Amino acid sequence: MAELLTMPKLGFDMAEGKLSEWLKKPGEAMTQGETILLVETDKATVEVPAFRAGVLLEILVEAGESVPIGTPVGVIGEAGEKVDLASLGVAGEAAPKVVAEAAESTEEAAAPQEAAPEPVAPAEDGRVLASPVALRMAAELGIDLRQVAGTGPMGRVIKRDIETYVQERDKAPAAPPPPPIPTPSYEPSGAEYTVEALSGIRQTIGKRMTESKQNAPHFYVTMDIDMGPAMALRAQLNAVLPESDKISVNDLVQKAAAVALREFPKINAAWSAEGIRIQNQVNIGHAVARENGLVTAVVRDVDKKSLAQVARETRDLVARARDGKMKPDEMVGGTFTISNLGMFDVDEFIAIINPPQAAILAVGAVQKMPVVNAEGQIVAGTRMKATISADHRVTDGAEAAKFMQALKKALEEPVRLLI
Amino acid sequence: MTRMTVREAISQALREEMYRDERVFIMGEEIGKWGGTYAVTRGFLDEFGEKRVKDTPIAEGVIVGAATGAAVAGLRPVAEIMTINFLFLAMDALVNHAAKLHYMFNGQMKVPLVVRTVGGGGRQLGATHSQTPDAIFAHFPGLKVVAPATAADSKGLLKAAIRDDDPVLFIEHATLYQSKGEVPDDEDFVVPIGVSDVKRAGKDVTIVSYSKGLQLSLEAAEKLEKEGIDAEVIDLRTLRPLDTRPVVESVKKTNRMVVVEEGWRAYGVGAEVASRVTELAFDYLDAPVRRVAQAEVPLPYNRRLEQMALPQVPDIINAVKDVMYLK
Repeated sequence: MAELLTMPKLGFDMAEGKLSEWLKKPGEAMTQGETILLVETDKATVEVPAFRAGVLLEILVEAGESVPIGTPVGVIGEAGEKVDLASLGVAGEAAPKVVAEAAESTEEAAAPQEAAPEPVAPAEDGRVLASPVALRMAAELGIDLRQVAGTGPMGRVIKRDIETYVQERDKAPAAPPPPPIPTPSYEPSGAEYTVEALSGIRQTIGKRMTESKQNAPHFYVTMDIDMGPAMALRAQLNAVLPESDKISVNDLVQKAAAVALREFPKINAAWSAEGIRIQNQVNIGHAVARENGLVTAVVRDVDKKSLAQVARETRDLVARARDGKMKPDEMVGGTFTISNLGMFDVDEFIAIINPPQAAILAVGAVQKMPVVNAEGQIVAGTRMKATISADHRVTDGAEAAKFMQALKKALEEPVRLLI
Repeated sequence: MTRMTVREAISQALREEMYRDERVFIMGEEIGKWGGTYAVTRGFLDEFGEKRVKDTPIAEGVIVGAATGAAVAGLRPVAEIMTINFLFLAMDALVNHAAKLHYMFNGQMKVPLVVRTVGGGGRQLGATHSQTPDAIFAHFPGLKVVAPATAADSKGLLKAAIRDDDPVLFIEHATLYQSKGEVPDDEDFVVPIGVSDVKRAGKDVTIVSYSKGLQLSLEAAEKLEKEGIDAEVIDLRTLRPLDTRPVVESVKKTNRMVVVEEGWRAYGVGAEVASRVTELAFDYLDAPVRRVAQAEVPLPYNRRLEQMALPQVPDIINAVKDVMYLK
């Protein structure tokens, strides 16, 4: 009996596929499992095997065309069989019947895995099976589960698989598939140089930042913030606070960011294969410069803590970050990052998003400068520039701008930070 | 510290509490002249006299009913039901009266009742005398259910039960009476009801159990250690109110759990613990929780069959390897 071959779903987020080549001509016979078709997804060209033995009776979609998944692309049946497309549900507007087997049998091809100990049979909907803890670790570490070989039953990705994956990944240059950080192919002629071996942290930064810039479409919104009121408040508070609780400009900024993030949950979010992950907590990561590279120190629940508590925790964390004494769980779990180069007299700069987070805030120095006041006069003012880099897959310019307005408002009316 | 059997620990707790508070008295079948079916109250009749050591007719409903009345009237009875299998005959007195009077009458009365009883199989007593129906009793709000495994916990929890103003079912295990352990000498040594206890610290897998299952779990943990698996073993000690905090903390560390109980699997203690862990530590699990429990049959009389139906150490080891994906 003739059956339809449909465009298979070859990946978690695949909506359509481009039929790149038919390997069989109409009338040619095939065995079950033989490759009959090449399909190009946005990730790779995948071989589609025949879901049954038979003869290719008819081609419905020619090579070169893109069609949504489930669309009938060909008919397979017995030699000499007459094809009645209407009875197969293809004629006119009738909804095509999907031959699910084709999709299922090609899942493996979509996610090639090296000799997993158990037969891998991903769930029918293309979902990657993973244990809850593996899911959580993957989310925290920004790992695409489809890249991880699952060794649990049914190919389930379990904790040890994530650990193995991270180990392999951090061993670095060994893994070719994501091309190494592009380096110029020419040699600077004549000039002498020495080579400094890549440390683990440099490799990680290189990989993560390259991945971020390549995958996350960044856009940037800069705002000029009047820091007069915030600096006045800070002076007032620090006059009465003990040394250990003294509040820095950065603490005011992170507290203001937390207030604004609560208002704009899409900025406090992460891009993931399953969808946009709106984070429940506001955990702010701080980029801390060390001699050999950057680390992130994460202050948790900044929105729920008092300014003094945030200041105290941040001071402690950053100090330990500089000494390399942070615990591993103090470096992960961030939902938004702040990078502050104000102490280096930087006016403004833009930062690269720390994936999978949706945004990062780059903060410049607080500076005295001439400003035009409401009466049109030039007076001495106190200003700071902040720039958000945001992932356009998660949020848009208007939303990022509104977030920046909320941040500005919180800093310009800083009593809000004390509530 | 004194090393003693579970039997001695329970006996000592009873004796100390009877000296401590004259409102405490014991009643039950054959507890006086005979000294108790499991010899826990041997010598009590001579020591405390007939007024405080009451032999009763073979009528469990009467025993728990009368004890409940005595408790409401201001005494602190410790009623013994010869085996938990006979407690079904006193179900109405226990769950409809003792467990609910305080609540239904707006706290006008307290029911400081302890029902001591013996559960568990493994002694070839046949299907009707070998049950472990602990979970049934733990189902009722208003009734506290305690089931210790060690000598120290037996003593400390029985003393806590006697001093508690609510009805407490105190379940002893028929095959644990001879098991020995160190018991603090302090007469006011009390183990609080509703607090689980980490009996063995480990990092690879969490084994949760109580009563006889705890003994098996600790044996399994020792064998697993020889294979390089470091198991944490948690003793629930109290089934209601159930303290899952140490369990959740442990699972967050180990990411996998096996629950061991002697009773039947369906609707059991393991089911309850597993369910709470999925509620409280879902994101930490790396494998489905495994339950080790009694086969779903009336317990056979035949010795070999009885042992096959009861959970054993190798069953626990297999379940641990399962959740560690080691097979």
